[in-house]
Amino acid sequence: MIVETGHYALVLALALAIVNSVLPLWGSLARDERLMAVAPPVAIAGFGLVGYAYFALTFSHAVSDFSLVNVIENSHSAKPLIYKITGVWGNHEGSMLLWVLVLSLFGAAVALLSQSMPKDMRANVLAVQSWIGAAFLLFILLTSNPFARVAMPPAEGRDLNPILQDPGLAIHPPLLYLGYVGLSITYSFAAAALICGRIDAAFARFVRPWTLIAWIALTLGIAMGSYWAYYTLGWGGFWFWDPVENASLMPWLAATALLHCTAVMEKREALKIWTVFLAILAFSLSLVGTFLVRSGVLTSVHAFASDPTRGVFILAILIIFICGSFALFALRASHLKQGGLFAPVSREGALVLNNLILSACCATVVTGTLYPLALEALTGEKISVGPPYYNLTFVPLFLPLFIVMPIGQLLPWKRGDLLGVAQRLAAAFAAGLVAIALFAAWHGGPALSVIAAGLAFYVIAGSFIDLGRRIFAGGGAASAVARRMLGLPRHAFGTAFAHAGIGVTLLGLAATGWGAEKITSLRPGDTAGIGPYELAFESVARRNGPNYSELAARMVIRSKGTPVAVIEPSTRFYPVRGMSKSEAGIATLGLGQVYVSIADGAQEGAWNARIFWRPLVILIWIGALVMAFGGCLSLSDRSFRFGFAHRARKAQAARPQPAE
Amino acid sequence: MRLLRAVLLALLLIAPVAAHAVQPDEIMRDPKLEARARALSAQLRCMVCQNESIDESNADLARDLRLLVRERLQAGDSDDQIRSFLVGRYGDFILLKPPFKLETWLLWAGPFLLLFSGVIIIFMAQRRRPRNIAAADCLAGAECERLKAMLEEEER
Repeated sequence: MIVETGHYALVLALALAIVNSVLPLWGSLARDERLMAVAPPVAIAGFGLVGYAYFALTFSHAVSDFSLVNVIENSHSAKPLIYKITGVWGNHEGSMLLWVLVLSLFGAAVALLSQSMPKDMRANVLAVQSWIGAAFLLFILLTSNPFARVAMPPAEGRDLNPILQDPGLAIHPPLLYLGYVGLSITYSFAAAALICGRIDAAFARFVRPWTLIAWIALTLGIAMGSYWAYYTLGWGGFWFWDPVENASLMPWLAATALLHCTAVMEKREALKIWTVFLAILAFSLSLVGTFLVRSGVLTSVHAFASDPTRGVFILAILIIFICGSFALFALRASHLKQGGLFAPVSREGALVLNNLILSACCATVVTGTLYPLALEALTGEKISVGPPYYNLTFVPLFLPLFIVMPIGQLLPWKRGDLLGVAQRLAAAFAAGLVAIALFAAWHGGPALSVIAAGLAFYVIAGSFIDLGRRIFAGGGAASAVARRMLGLPRHAFGTAFAHAGIGVTLLGLAATGWGAEKITSLRPGDTAGIGPYELAFESVARRNGPNYSELAARMVIRSKGTPVAVIEPSTRFYPVRGMSKSEAGIATLGLGQVYVSIADGAQEGAWNARIFWRPLVILIWIGALVMAFGGCLSLSDRSFRFGFAHRARKAQAARPQPAE
Repeated sequence: MRLLRAVLLALLLIAPVAAHAVQPDEIMRDPKLEARARALSAQLRCMVCQNESIDESNADLARDLRLLVRERLQAGDSDDQIRSFLVGRYGDFILLKPPFKLETWLLWAGPFLLLFSGVIIIFMAQRRRPRNIAAADCLAGAECERLKAMLEEEER
């Protein structure tokens, strides 16, 4: 019964989305307040209905209702409850439902939180959001119904792919979707602004907190996914330039660029056209990502659940929304007036450079991901674009960004003095050079690692120089310093932490060059040295989990004879799917990790072990946490509150307006 | 229960156990050759896998290819010889680093072309703007005069 009501709720949600696609827009064109007022409650009700449908599906998974195709194919009664719940998004239908849930969540959030926005603008934002919602609800109902039943329910399900039965997957997809579907709201804002013809500083201010929320979630989601791949896939890699990973990296790069240029637009009314373009682009790339992942055009590490017949439908949605918005953009953009002027050497100039580099990086990822598909479709020739391609294109394009970052932070708006900035950055330069000297002396190793580590220290130090100067300038007592610190806007701290975060990540990436790897055959009782540690293989035990059996090894890690950690790498066997999976044993020692994965050896009693020592590796993900923390700080800033734009606009209206 | 365990054990024996990418028995005696083998295999795609190199893959084909690469290295082939041998057998698809040729020049040059055209666009836009920012900051002529008049009025 609950299944049918869930299905029905989804149909109702589609009906509401269609209502909301038409009435508010009509209202804004006819200047009818009553029609515009329809949008917020309908958006909230739509979210409630999709939420209910999602709950219904989760419930069926939780109680193992094997009359549902979706549950049969992805669940098993012995599966732990947490994986029954997370298994809902571990398959195509469920993850599309989550997609729509996040989409309607953002619609409802705008309806609730942005009450001070101009009415016509809000009505149009919600209308555009409903277009997307209607398209994807239709997609789910017509091609990917999660509530399909079978006539003869089997006694057991087929279980979830073991690789997806992992706590990392409990968090990764929702975060990722919050980020990449969250960008839909910036798209809706841009489309609404183009329809209303309101592209001004207020637009930038409205759109910024939403972009920031999506960016924070996307940052965390990508980091989480990368850590999941690192410990699950068993060979210690954390980024594979896999098309599915690229699908989330493309919108991240565009969203990062968008965040920076909304700052310019808000403060200086410059780069308007570019900001709107990026707002559309960011979500368009999310749509491209959805198409790549969900249509099955790729067969990649992540593409566990897809169906090629659905591809055409998503492709149609993609083309309508991308082409439609860019057509609207082309129609309206030429009417935009040029905003504030600035010298090449200025904060704006630095942000333009930032946008140029990020766009080029984004284009690299787009090209690398789509080129082989396009080439195969056009000529039938198959090529592979893998990590070596990105190392030669993306990395040299991206690294210069680290040099510019602290400089841009110190440059004033309108016009700046490069020499003065360089002087103020002296401490950061020094930090970078000292780091290069120290790392070269300690590790030697690949030149790129040493240089990148120096760059990382320069960025981390440089991120805080401006704050330090503002807090400690003029010295004074501790109370005066504390007062100055509290007086600084929180977004200044946000910027500093976000920039320092990417520096921390860079340091972690640089350190991959100093790791050690050993592939060897071990028997219980053997020891092996790895990096600064020794590893003693003590024993192997057979254990039974809820829906798997495993052979777990017990290994003790010693540092100069003293035990520092015990790890239990294992190989698991999931009988329902007949699949096995290797669970790595990981010990975090300081900022580095010892990583061991095992497999049955060729000879009786021997085990093949792959042992890694990865110094500073967790900095890669800690950096992402720091970045997200910086984002949260900015989000909590007063000027970012959702209603503030309205007040600011009122205050602005009270002042005499300069002629444009 | 015991029966179940026995069945599980039997399944465990016949099922493909999580094998490893590079296995200890594949490793070459000469560390220099082995390092070359690793570097080479990281650039070769496992044809049956999804975007994995043969260095990372657990598939049987990947193992065969790894052994083939090592065999050739042992026989004294250069890296390029091995690559062209494999391309002859499997096509460009096996190279994770696509070759630069007519069909792929846009792939390689695209990002840099975009960066370059971006620089040109920004440069042109900058040239179209007034050189003197200080002058541009001042309001348009009529407003300047109005402001001056207002200030004068205030002084009086």
